[in-house]
This record gives sequence, C-alpha cells and structure tokens, in this order.
Amino acid sequence: MKLFAPFKIAGRALRRNKMRSLLTMLGIIIGVGSVIASVSITTGATKQVEDKVASLGQNVVTVFSGNFTSGGMRGGWGSAPTLTIEDARAIKNEVGNVVAVSPEVRDREQILANGLNWNTQIQGESPDYPQIRDWDIASGSMFTDGDVRSLGKVAVIGKTVVDQLYGSDDPVGQTLVIRNIPFKVVGVLAAKGFNLFGQDQDDVVLIPYTSHMRRITKRTFVNSIMVQAASKDTINLVQNDINTLLRDRHKSAEPDFTVRSQLELMQMATATTRIMSVLLGAIASVSLIVGGIGIMNIMLVSVTERTREIGIRMAVGARGRDILIQFLIEAVTLSLAGGMVGIALGMISAQIVAATTGWPTITPFAWIGIACVSSAGIGIVSGFYPAWKASRLDPIEALRYE
Amino acid sequence: MQTRPVIELAEIHKVYRTGEVDVHAVRGVSLDILPGEFVAIMGSSGSGKSTLMNMIGCLDRPTGGKYLLDGIDVSTLDRDQRAVIRNDKIGFIFQGFNLLSRTTAQENVEMPMLYNRHRVSAQEQKERARSSLELVGLGKRADHKPNQLSGGQQQRVAIARALVNKPSLLLADEPTGNLDSQTSIEIMGVFQKLNEAGITIVMVTHELDVARFTKRMVVLRDGKIVTDELVRDRMDAAVELGKLKAAQEAVKLA
Repeated sequence: MKLFAPFKIAGRALRRNKMRSLLTMLGIIIGVGSVIASVSITTGATKQVEDKVASLGQNVVTVFSGNFTSGGMRGGWGSAPTLTIEDARAIKNEVGNVVAVSPEVRDREQILANGLNWNTQIQGESPDYPQIRDWDIASGSMFTDGDVRSLGKVAVIGKTVVDQLYGSDDPVGQTLVIRNIPFKVVGVLAAKGFNLFGQDQDDVVLIPYTSHMRRITKRTFVNSIMVQAASKDTINLVQNDINTLLRDRHKSAEPDFTVRSQLELMQMATATTRIMSVLLGAIASVSLIVGGIGIMNIMLVSVTERTREIGIRMAVGARGRDILIQFLIEAVTLSLAGGMVGIALGMISAQIVAATTGWPTITPFAWIGIACVSSAGIGIVSGFYPAWKASRLDPIEALRYE
Repeated sequence: MQTRPVIELAEIHKVYRTGEVDVHAVRGVSLDILPGEFVAIMGSSGSGKSTLMNMIGCLDRPTGGKYLLDGIDVSTLDRDQRAVIRNDKIGFIFQGFNLLSRTTAQENVEMPMLYNRHRVSAQEQKERARSSLELVGLGKRADHKPNQLSGGQQQRVAIARALVNKPSLLLADEPTGNLDSQTSIEIMGVFQKLNEAGITIVMVTHELDVARFTKRMVVLRDGKIVTDELVRDRMDAAVELGKLKAAQEAVKLA
C-alpha cells in the first residue's frame, strides 16, 4: 500500500461530508482549545509569580532566628536573639557551595536629609547583599568590607527614599541622618518594584551591618542571614548543611532557627496556580474525551455507510490491515485537524483574555506539541474500534450490503 | 505441449454451518479451466453457482477439496493471503458494477494498484489505468464519475479495473444482469475481444442468451456439475449487434 494513498482516500472521504466532519472535529477543537487557553493563562500567572520570587535574589537560602517568646507574647520569626555574626561567618567558611553571605539586621527609623524626613526600613547588610539579591547599583557604589570593619557611616539607598528626600538631585555624596548620626550616601540601588507580598522593595536604606548593630540598634544578634548558593542544584545541599552546622553550634534541643530556601518559596507561591492548572486541565480533558467519543461515533456510522466500498476494496485485494489503516488515518486526520484548529483558537482566546484582563498569558511550545500528540492519540484510540470492525468485515457480505 | 490449467478444482465442497442445519451448497465439484478459455457457469438460484464463484474468486474458502489457482493451492490460505491472491491474479466484474461513487473512472481503475504488493509509481498507475480504459473504449471518459456514465459504460470501467493488474483470470458475476439487451451484447463483445487476446474469463450467469457468447458451458444443479460442454452454436457479438441494429431500424422505418 502506498504511503500517501490512505491520506488521499481519507481526505476525500472527509471532504465528502464537510458539515459532518466539521461538527465531529468541533469536540476536539473545543477540548484542545480550552486546554491551550487554560495552560496559557496559568503559565502566564505562574511566570509572573516566579518572576516575583526571582526578584528576591539568585539561589538564596535565608536563615531566620527562632521565635522569641516572653510572658506569653510570641515575637515571630527573627525575634529571638539566637543568630550571631559568628554564625554568619561560620556559614561562609564551613559550608560548601556558598558564594556569598550577608547577615541582616532590620529596623524602622525616621531619617532626615535635605531638610525633609521619612520613615523607612534601615537594613544592616554585608557588601555581598546586592549580589545575593541580584540587585544592580544605579549610581555610586556599594559600601565595602572596609566600611564593615570600620563601622563606616555610609549608606546605599533605594529609589523610593531618593524620590522622597532628594527629588531630582543626585543623592550620592550627600548626607543622611539616622538617629542623629550622619551617614554619607555612597550609592543608589536600581528600582526593583514591589515584592510578592506587595511591599515596596525600594523603600530601603542599606548600611553596614556592623554600623547598624553598634551605632543604631545596639544589639548583638542578627535577624537573619542571607546565603547565596553556588547554583540552583546546590540550594538543597546548602540548606541541609546550614541546618546541621547551626544545630551543632547552638547545641539546643529544639532548633532555634529556620532555614528557608528560595525553592520552597517558589513552590509555596506557585501552589495556587498549580492547583488551578490541574483543575482547568481536568475540565479540558473531559471535553477531549467527549470529542473522542464523537469521533468514534461518526467513524462507526462511516464504516456502516461504506460497507460496500470496503467490500469492493477487499475484493480487489485490500487486506484487513489496509482497511484498518485507511479508517485509522481518517480518524486521526479528523482529530489532528481539530487539534490544529483548537491550538489556534486556544491561542487566540488566550490573547483575548490577556488583552481584556491584563493577565500575562504564555503558550508554551511544549504544550502545542502535547496538544498535537494527544489529539492524534485520541484519533487512534477512538478510531481503532470502528477501523478494526471495518477490517473484520467479510468481503462477500460487504459486497452484498445495500 | 501440456499447458497447466489456470483453475484446477478437485472435489470441492462447501458446507455452511448455520444454526442446527448444515447447508451443503457445493457437493464435490471438479473442474479444470485452461488458459484462454471462456467459460459460463450456469444454474438456477440455489444451484451453488454463487458459492462456487466466491471460492474460485478466493473470497471464500472451500470446506473440502483442493483448489489450485495458477498452480498455487489457495484452498488453505488465510484472509490476508487470499487478498493478495485476489489482487494479483483475479479481476472481478460484478452485476451491480460496484464502482466507487463520486470517484472518477480513472481513479476507480487505479484503485486495485493501491493494494499491490509491489509499489507502483503514481505515474505508472496513471498510465496503466489509462491504457486499461482505452482497451474497453473509454479513454475519453476517464474523468467522468460513475453517475455521469451509462450502465454499459460503468460496466466497462469495472472491466478496465479488473484488467489493470493483468490478472490470470477475469471473473464475472452476472455482468449483464443490470443491462439492456443491446448493452449486454456490447459487453459480451468486449469479453470476446479480450478472450481473443488470450485472457481467461469465467462468467456466472443464468441467462442462456448470454452464455452462448462463451466457448464452454458448465451447468450446476444442487451443488454438482450436471453438464460441461463446448458451446456449439456460439454467437459473435459483432454479428448479433448488427442484427439488432437492423431490426431496430426496421421498426423505425415501419
């Protein structure tokens, strides 16, 4: 049997009943279309969340100190005085695959500059901080390890702080007063926007963590330690090693700290969209199954209608498998054509959703492939029984069929 | 020189097991048909001639006896093997023409080549179908669909289709059953012409008039051969056609 002959026969048979072929395909069109549309919408949503999580930094593992409880009041993560600069140093020196560490001290202060004042987050960090957070310096530079050692009165400020205190002036080189201590602005951070939780990340002043601890908050512990792993694959390893190291150092029965990785955060953040995509996928696959049943139904009708044709073909030498292939190809042509139209329709409706709601939608190429393969698969599965039935016909009976 | 028969039937039996009663449709038929013969198998309905035809045509398998087609024992072949034999060695012509509707004459004739064991190029398919149609005098009608052709022309397309794979045997089942008398004679003329060119033809019919165009008549009754003899007063299609035309003209003149 020729390679293309069955396609030609199938095409002719389908063209003969255009309306019927179209209606049969409609089931697959709607099924594939809804799969593609829902995948596009949920992928867009997931991508958006992932971007937000990625804005937290590159391969970041964060150590929070434990919960501080006093007189029944529980202070929440980061409140217990358990993490120290020595812990941070130990992590940097003893844990493998760590490329950067920044002990973190946070506080809100009223700051003064340029005759204006503003309440903002003051963060004590190490010079590694911009690298960990994947955060560019827009102008000036980050403070140095020397500033950390010398308790330098230097600050790197975020975009919001610039807007509020300096307006259009260049803040680099100007003075900023925190708790009556003048700090020199050495750098400005690039704008980063809102984080996953809707907080303005640019409303921040970075100073060396030593300066923060000695000059401003006068405390001996840090709120948290930010650690950057060498790669995405080593995040879990680094997380485990930090856990082991700190448990060892703190020698407490209950761990008085928590280690969170960006991967975990990513998983938590995308959990909702994942559930949504599973749900939408389940609904879409129901319509695909219904579409498949439609194809099977029409193929059964077609086999009965064309019993005589099958008889003629068998009489002139078509074997059972020739007939089987012919009808299978017909079913696959139907479902694959439906799948193609469905993909186009799904992408168009995703675009419409994007245009009307402003949600970002992305159609992954892999899913276009999956849609093609599964619609072909539906064609094979639903076409098989009718095709097998046709191939088992007795030529004598089939020729006699009116 | 001894030529090997195209068809060798030896003690062929066919029993249909339908429910409780066995129907013995063919009860021991032995028959040799040599290359170049033109045989009519005759009999009333129920004589077993259709059953015998189906077995000769490898559409069905005998329940007893041995059938050699072109020297090949086909009585034990399975469905697919018989399909290959049908494609290669037998050309079918049916009473109801059995052309694919909405498909041109050309494509109808090409159809058997789709199932050839050996690949035939699209070009060669076209050429072979075309020359086959020319052989039956329909070269100019290749692009017509069956509903644009008369009954006689449709049967010619069917003959062209039967010839396209150069079969060892042309098998016709009541080929004139759906045709008027003039067209019937024309079709018989086509058969006679093909037979003169050396093609073996076996034709099942119940019409004695039609059988008289053949060379040999085999009559079946109750699943057995009762007569097997050469046709003595053989009719020539061209002569008969001329007679018919003359008669028609006479009526018109009158």
